[in-house]
Amino acid sequence: MKIEELQAIANNIRKDIVEMVYLAESGHPGGSLSCTDILVALYHEKMNLNLDENGQRIDKFILSKGHAAPAYYAVLASKGYIPHEDLKGFRKIDSYLEGHPSNKINGVDVSSGSLGQGLSIANGMALAKKLDNKEGYVYCILGDGEIEEGQIWEACMTANKYKLNNLIAFLDYNGLQIDGNIKDVKSVDNLKEKFESFGFYVQEIDGHDFNEIINAIDKAKLSTKPNMIIAKTIKGKGVSYMENVAAWHGKAPNEDEYNIAIKELSK
Amino acid sequence: MKSTRKAYGEFLLEVGKNKDVVVLDADLANATKTDAFMKEYPNRHIDVGIAEQDLVGTACGLALSGKTVFASTFAIFMSGRAYDQVRNTAAYSHVNVNLCATHAGVMVGEDGPTHQCIEDVALMNVVPTMKVLSPADDISTKKILSMCMQESGPKYIRLGRSDVEDIYDENATFKIGGSNTFGDGNDGTIFAYGPTVSIALNAKKELEEKGINVRVVDLYSIKPVDRDTIIKCAKETNKLVSIEDHSVIGGIGSIISNVLCEEYPKKLEKIGINDTFGKSGSAKAVYEHFGLTKENIMSKFE
Repeated sequence: MKIEELQAIANNIRKDIVEMVYLAESGHPGGSLSCTDILVALYHEKMNLNLDENGQRIDKFILSKGHAAPAYYAVLASKGYIPHEDLKGFRKIDSYLEGHPSNKINGVDVSSGSLGQGLSIANGMALAKKLDNKEGYVYCILGDGEIEEGQIWEACMTANKYKLNNLIAFLDYNGLQIDGNIKDVKSVDNLKEKFESFGFYVQEIDGHDFNEIINAIDKAKLSTKPNMIIAKTIKGKGVSYMENVAAWHGKAPNEDEYNIAIKELSK
Repeated sequence: MKSTRKAYGEFLLEVGKNKDVVVLDADLANATKTDAFMKEYPNRHIDVGIAEQDLVGTACGLALSGKTVFASTFAIFMSGRAYDQVRNTAAYSHVNVNLCATHAGVMVGEDGPTHQCIEDVALMNVVPTMKVLSPADDISTKKILSMCMQESGPKYIRLGRSDVEDIYDENATFKIGGSNTFGDGNDGTIFAYGPTVSIALNAKKELEEKGINVRVVDLYSIKPVDRDTIIKCAKETNKLVSIEDHSVIGGIGSIISNVLCEEYPKKLEKIGINDTFGKSGSAKAVYEHFGLTKENIMSKFE
């Protein structure tokens, strides 16, 4: 697919995200908008979504930072896993689109939302592929604040032990968490060195540049080590007043703010 | 005489012939008895090191990929340290995973309170959709594990450290939500599970010599629990006693009380750990310390 087409899809998904959170009067726009381009590159360009003979998807995906559910659901809708009109029911009592991903939803392999757990699950899926010599990759998106959870580092050691080079993890490095700047809340600096010392092949990219995302995935597939792609992103990307503002981690826009956001994303 | 963890290890070695079976451990293979499987099938034994949260997550990833997964660590770590992983990943995603928790209860003995898990039944019971099972001996361990392999969703299987008496023979049957009743006396019922079943059976035998005829119910399926049998025993027998190597808060005594309260109100005397931590000592000494003895059961009927 042409880069322009991916960008157009991403733009529509950003509109969906803003609308879902607006209608739900709750949800997490900031971190959804920051990982949108990675999700679009995965689902619309790189992932093999076909099923194998056992009904397992050839490439698997885990949204470890489950609060980015709006982005995930919108991407799943864009691929036909869920009807697009269902997005309007996000977080509502009569909808199946729970506030955080549930694997009752078509296309979602595992529930997530309690941070720190996705990388271990991804490891298990990657291990299963190794045991059976099966093709395919396991993709996982982690939040940068999320890696303050100790289980992430437990999982890093496991990935290294079993040389899970079929694991391709993204770190959505938007630099903000609920209580403010990551560097102020709990330093997670020297990320490249941290993951390298845990045995990962680490790439640092612009998480909003489709060429860089796609190239990084291609390079990761040649790696003999588990992969961590540190994607520098902007929290709230695409909506001017949300960009780089921690307060938009988990807040819904009011009507005026919603209209401004849709106008900006419609340019 | 054999510990249920030893029976678990033997079971794994047997079912390991199936190459979809994967066993996970967190640096306790010698203690959880998965080591025999590890030696025979090293590629399918995943040791994640001392990282129980990672253990449960990795186990779920394997299970979601179609593997038949047994994850092992001590009960204190499985139900406590990894509670959120058990709840939010294993249960909420309805993962077909067997969480095999050894070293449950004060039976752990010398290692003391930090390692004596007396709240896992309570913790696992409240996890939505979790099934909780506790075998009492060698044969029941193998039959219950075999049953769990056929059952979808998350299962918590509670196993013990010390040797327990053989109770069942090869003809014994088990089912999710079932129980097994020994005897048909009407003077009372002793409800037990796991290591306290043999204690209850010994009490039953001695009570009979004194002319007191009780029945013993092995509530190996803690959740779902066999409500019908509990109600039947409440109706048919005089005195009700429960005994468990677990806190009386949230344990089988509480579970039975709930059923009785809803269906057939009747007094139940609970034997267990009374809102206190465990104690170091030999398993036998610790059981005596907490009254997990046939003498204590018998005292309830005298």
